[in-house]
Amino acid sequence: MKYIDEYRDPKLARQLLQEISRKTTRRWTIMEICGGQTHSILRNGIDQLLPERIELVHGPGCPVCVTPLESIERALAIASEKEVIFTSFGDMLRVPGSSRDLFMVRSEGGDVRIVFSPLDALQIARANPSREVVFFAVGFETTAPANAMAVYQAAREGIGNFSVLVSQVLVPPAMRAILSSPDNRVQGFLAAGHVCAVMGYSEYEPIAHEFCVPVVPTGFEPVDLLDGILKTVEMLEEGKSGVVNRYTRVVQKEGNPVAREVIGKVFEVVDRQWRGIGMIPGSGLGLRAEFERFNAEKKFGVAHIVASESPLCMSGSVLQGKMKPDDCPAFGKECTPLHPLGATMVSSEGACAAYYNYHGNLSPL
Amino acid sequence: MSIAPACPSPIQRHETVQMAHGAGGRLSQSLMQRVFMPHLSNAFLDMLDDQAKVELPAGKTAFTTDTYVVSPVFFPGGNIGELAVNGTVNDLAVGGARPLYLSAGFVLEEGLPLSELETIVSSMAEAARKAGVMIVTGDTKVVGRGQCDKLFINTSGIGIVREGTALSCRNLKTGDSIILSGSVGDHGMAIMTSREGLSFHSGIMSDCTALNAMIEAVLDAVPSVHAMRDPTRGGVAATLNELALSSAAGMEIHEGSIPVRADVRGACELLGIDPLHVANEGKLVLSVSPEHAQTVVGVMRAFECGRDAVIIGSVVADHPGTVVMRTAFGSRRIIDLPLGEQLPRIC
Repeated sequence: MKYIDEYRDPKLARQLLQEISRKTTRRWTIMEICGGQTHSILRNGIDQLLPERIELVHGPGCPVCVTPLESIERALAIASEKEVIFTSFGDMLRVPGSSRDLFMVRSEGGDVRIVFSPLDALQIARANPSREVVFFAVGFETTAPANAMAVYQAAREGIGNFSVLVSQVLVPPAMRAILSSPDNRVQGFLAAGHVCAVMGYSEYEPIAHEFCVPVVPTGFEPVDLLDGILKTVEMLEEGKSGVVNRYTRVVQKEGNPVAREVIGKVFEVVDRQWRGIGMIPGSGLGLRAEFERFNAEKKFGVAHIVASESPLCMSGSVLQGKMKPDDCPAFGKECTPLHPLGATMVSSEGACAAYYNYHGNLSPL
Repeated sequence: MSIAPACPSPIQRHETVQMAHGAGGRLSQSLMQRVFMPHLSNAFLDMLDDQAKVELPAGKTAFTTDTYVVSPVFFPGGNIGELAVNGTVNDLAVGGARPLYLSAGFVLEEGLPLSELETIVSSMAEAARKAGVMIVTGDTKVVGRGQCDKLFINTSGIGIVREGTALSCRNLKTGDSIILSGSVGDHGMAIMTSREGLSFHSGIMSDCTALNAMIEAVLDAVPSVHAMRDPTRGGVAATLNELALSSAAGMEIHEGSIPVRADVRGACELLGIDPLHVANEGKLVLSVSPEHAQTVVGVMRAFECGRDAVIIGSVVADHPGTVVMRTAFGSRRIIDLPLGEQLPRIC
């Protein structure tokens, strides 16, 4: 398959691995930002193939994982309303709130539907003018353009029965939070390729210089990942910081200007809670005042709902690269994909679920 | 204005299923005569008794049941009717049984077009004919609109177990070759891409087919096959795990050896779903001593449904109960049981 097979070529992967081994003279800790990258690393066993001195730690870039518990609780409350059709990306349905998930709301009679795009949710609103259609707008910069476009179109068409429950987050402030932490171990980053495809990579340059770290926009296939790791190692070994794009077939420096424009029209930067991590200032997107009528939190009066995490769950430390999933005492015991204590065990992109599904108790090679 | 003086007589001929079709009266009879009997007629069914009286050859009887609730009921490469026949035929065949007789129970939704029902029933007749089984008894109920999705079908099946086979999912032996009959994920992806809400169209067709002829030929050639399963819901991943767990045996599978059609792979990539977790309806997984593996593959490849049969791995002494994938890069990962519904990823 074009654009896939060449980036899964075992021969090329072996060459890159040899090159990484040859270049590595010290221990380095590198974080891949995106949950999609974590998933691919674990699925392909790239962590097993790297020289022992390269440690990959897994970043916060799993939208399901970082959506705060209170947003889930608010979603559950709205989805339980009789007149509501609650629409969501598929993998949010299994994320547990304090006691229920959206699947359970559906089984209790709630009209919860999986959509593949927020524009499909808007179409449901057009087709059901007597119902209230709510879309759960979660995710990083990757989902923001389509989510913004749905609101923008709803406004343009005057669709009054559509609203969005926004829990939209941004990568750069999270990277700053990780690097500013006193016990930070991360020395270099594989930046999330698809976030950079939307936003470009200029916004990482100040971070790279301020914290003296290499930041390498990287793709998701095994060869992409190994290539990104090689570049990061080279920069670390040479003492260089800065941003070097290694996902050139997708990422341009300025990103996607059209997508950025629609994000800017509909959303503004706000403070945002991250599940397991807490409040990060300026780390989220919220609706601008002129689109406030599409704010589901206001429309359904759920902004007062707050919730707190299970104290057993250490997903915050996992999401910040401070611990590996299998270092957690609850991993694979109290916490499994069937009974997840935290969202990192739920989503297929969550680091804990990736470890559980792909490594389990398998002894190292 | 003139009104015809005739008394209004009840409508005799409906184009859709009515509640009265399930009430046991004249309309029920008319449904039988108009839709079911023309396609399914045989000496047993024609008796119209409440039960079929059949003679069974000597040997151990295999008996199975399954209920089919697929949505949409018509999908690329098949419909719920042939699925209901082939699925039950396959459940008998993988146990080493020769399928003989099926029952068919229908739950129909009020308002279902009779033309659709007839198409489905005729597909069942055709599937039964191809598989060499007879539908000998049946039942029809009608439920109100919205109480089921067009129709549900239950089929039960009886077969006679071949002498000299000892197929069991507990029977895996260290060193066995694991053989897969062809590409994975075709049925599930045909369904998923034909559902509303997914705005891409693919040419993916369900692999829905009866496996009994191929299985019979395999067992004729190698009666000592250790275990057979037809991987349906949960995909090949679920089947491999069930076999490994039941036999407390480890399994090592080679990633590159698993056939996946390019369009299925593309759809799975787009949706973030593992083809090994996607349903099949006409595939066979079996475990056999390595010295017989090539013979079995050769026999399977002579059948259309086994054309791409291939050895995908082996039973190992390590990690009992766990299925491990050897990746194309030489690393290893677990092939786990899918958790539940396959959920497309956010991004």
